[in-house]
Amino acid sequence: MNQINNSTLTFQCETGNYHTFCPISCVAWLYQKIEDSFFLVIGTKTCGYFLQNSMGVMIFAEPRYAMAELEEGDISAQINDYEELKRLCTQIKNDRNPSVIVFIGTCTTEIIKMDLEGIAPKLEAEIGIPIVVARANGLDYTFTQGEDTVLASLIQRCPSKDRETEKINKNNSSLFPSLSIFSKNKNESNLSQDKPNLPLVLFGSLPNSLTNQLEHELEKQNIKISGWLPTKNYKELPVIHEGDYVCGVNPYLARTATNLIRRRKCKLISAPFPIGPDGTRAWIEKICSIFNIEPTGLDEREKAVWDSLENYLPLVKGKSVFFMGDNLLELSIARFLIRCGMIVPEIGIPYLHKRYQEAEIKLLEDTCRKMQVPTPLIIEKPDNYEELKRIEQYRPDLVITGMANANPLEARGINTKWSVEFTFAQIHGFSNARDILELVTRSLRRKNYIQQLGWKELVE
Amino acid sequence: MKLAYWMYTGPAHIGTLRIASSFKNVHAIMHAPLGDDYFNVMRSMLERERNYTPVTTSVVDRNVLARGSQEKVIDNILRKDKEEQPDLIVLTPTCTSSILQEDLQNFVEQASLNSMADVLLADVNHYRINELQACDKTLEQIVRFYIEKNRASLTLEKVKTLLPSVNLIGISSLGFHNNHDTRELKKLFELYEIILNCSLPQGTTVKTLINLPKAWLNILPYRELGLLTSKYLNKEFGLLSLVILPMGNINLNRFLKKLLFSLKLENNTITKVINIKLLKLLNLNWIKKEAIKSKLKRKKAIIFGSSNHVATLTKLLSKEIGLEIILCGTYCKSESKWFSEQVQNYCNKILITEDHTMISNEISKLKPDVIFGTQMERHIGKRLGIPCGVISSPIHIQNFPLSYKPMVGYEGVKTIMDLLFNSLNLKDRKNSFTLFNEII
Repeated sequence: MNQINNSTLTFQCETGNYHTFCPISCVAWLYQKIEDSFFLVIGTKTCGYFLQNSMGVMIFAEPRYAMAELEEGDISAQINDYEELKRLCTQIKNDRNPSVIVFIGTCTTEIIKMDLEGIAPKLEAEIGIPIVVARANGLDYTFTQGEDTVLASLIQRCPSKDRETEKINKNNSSLFPSLSIFSKNKNESNLSQDKPNLPLVLFGSLPNSLTNQLEHELEKQNIKISGWLPTKNYKELPVIHEGDYVCGVNPYLARTATNLIRRRKCKLISAPFPIGPDGTRAWIEKICSIFNIEPTGLDEREKAVWDSLENYLPLVKGKSVFFMGDNLLELSIARFLIRCGMIVPEIGIPYLHKRYQEAEIKLLEDTCRKMQVPTPLIIEKPDNYEELKRIEQYRPDLVITGMANANPLEARGINTKWSVEFTFAQIHGFSNARDILELVTRSLRRKNYIQQLGWKELVE
Repeated sequence: MKLAYWMYTGPAHIGTLRIASSFKNVHAIMHAPLGDDYFNVMRSMLERERNYTPVTTSVVDRNVLARGSQEKVIDNILRKDKEEQPDLIVLTPTCTSSILQEDLQNFVEQASLNSMADVLLADVNHYRINELQACDKTLEQIVRFYIEKNRASLTLEKVKTLLPSVNLIGISSLGFHNNHDTRELKKLFELYEIILNCSLPQGTTVKTLINLPKAWLNILPYRELGLLTSKYLNKEFGLLSLVILPMGNINLNRFLKKLLFSLKLENNTITKVINIKLLKLLNLNWIKKEAIKSKLKRKKAIIFGSSNHVATLTKLLSKEIGLEIILCGTYCKSESKWFSEQVQNYCNKILITEDHTMISNEISKLKPDVIFGTQMERHIGKRLGIPCGVISSPIHIQNFPLSYKPMVGYEGVKTIMDLLFNSLNLKDRKNSFTLFNEII
């Protein structure tokens, strides 16, 4: 642990032999977010059994997502993929009539080279329901990046012109060309009454209550965004113009960001992610700076949040936390926990897109300097076996880990927290910082309680 | 292609891994993409294991897809051989990686040249057989491997044990109430002074497999796991097997009678012990009450699940409790002939399907008073307001209770009765006046 004493971050790479969930698990939260969607996961029994067991949502979600289970005939190309998918999609259309069907490609569709992108447009034309293809396979992506693949392919479905202006313009040009000037004026006068929508689209799937909270924080700074990707309904996807600004709220959306820049010529605001009061503040400040707005009241807002956390802070101060690496939220959570006074010896992370996470990395470094703690060692593609050896040696107060290793670590007297809980808990924005600490301190509090009873360790 | 919302059985590699991880000091290597390794999560979380799950993935990624695994699988096998020093390493692909058609047998042969451990490739077709069949197949493969291996060196023990002894075959991790069932069966064996020669595969090392022929008899409580092994042992050593799930009064009695007869233990003292035990069970108030009352108004039941549990329970409910079984069915298609033979005299209708919507439709059409099924039927019952007792896999965290809840043996009878009582009686309790005076 000597190398962590220098002030800049150290990045290392291991074998990539770690446990994490398959990227198709993004279906579990995306079908809830996009309410008029249908997700069709095209894969084998292995994929289906995973969704059913590990995510435990299949039966409750029955109507809005399903498996297209590939059988021996499909694998050996004896059956026509197009006809098969058409049969399933027609059935889905008759049963549910969704606004969009999302094909989730898996490792198997990659291996057998099923041409989903080629099939989708033809099928779309034939059955009359938009079909979006996302290749959320485990060969190229990890756990939360599944969301990235879906959002990246939703981009091309975002309209490039306002639906209403388009209509007005059409009408004007054909029937009353002379009125077009007038209507433009009318538009402007309308806009001046409300706050103007800034050309800013936020991307990342968050529950609706959270998107409202973040929007509200931005409105306090007189920033009214023009939309979110994804939206509650597929039909309301935001309009994206060339030159619009875009900003992500989740650390695992590098591909979406790249696609927005390349395909829609958007400008990416590289900000830290709005996780923890420090991150949320930095996120708002960065957005304000782009639009030349002087942020107001952020100091007080952040201070108020820190004050509200004061019951938790003594519990975590000076304690060490080790990230084994799972959901790509590691850097942001580690940065917030360091700011809370914790020490982070090592952050394992499946994959780090250094350009997309640039601002977050910078903020992590600054936070370490500010709190005068050693900067963590960052290990990409970690090797679980090696990590466990280091954990045994370092004996951290808390390990944030995937579920495969949690029970055995607890049995060895090491406190754990499941990383997947941070994927599903609401952790974004100012007021939810409390929830992160609630999660983090749960096992620490339990240990304190046990020590009060006179036991030092729970294990023999 | 098949539109699927729910699977009653898992994919084949889950079966293979269940067997491999049940053995002591055996490590499994999965040749699979990232994310196919959720077996580790399932086992660790459901079994609440204190040790790391002995399964490692040799990750299939873009590079492997482009250039083949090359040394990767072999390196991973040799690495685990050094790190964990297992007796045996089992290599298995998954549905996904089996399409790559890499020569895994060749990897296994190369690796075994340099490894201390034995290395085996689990020989299953991932598109043709399911989890349960793969369990059966892998167990047989491992047993056969060690018997054949030691046959040459003549270390195989063929002499029978002095005292009556049995092999208990088919106990595996992630099995339905398997741990508690084993405890209960062990208690039974102790009671009748039968030596447990080998319990397979849970908790056994592969080194002890050479002792299998020493036992007088094989016991297979679950016919879905172990039939192939028992057939092999029968062919090689003439070992006989007793394939009965000792669940419920009648079946338990039958099981004990056959067991003692096969081991030539039948004598008056032991029969007396059995009778006293059974009498105690039959004297329990609720059984009497239930049996009498059920004659007044027969309740209708639908039973669905794994072939073994459903067949046994159908007979139990029909003969011992007197419920009318309006439909019973299983998702074990491979067992359909045996299943139909078993239940045809006890139920009005038989349904063999893997499609949960079919059973769901039947339930809503037939409107039974009670369902006994899997988690899926519980879910269907909840929607329709029909009580459901869970009596079969697929497994769920609820099937790994902290309290002692075996499904077999004397205690098992009580568990079943509790389940029955709770499912039937607690359905529409309106007030506490009826607390002790339920009408079944």
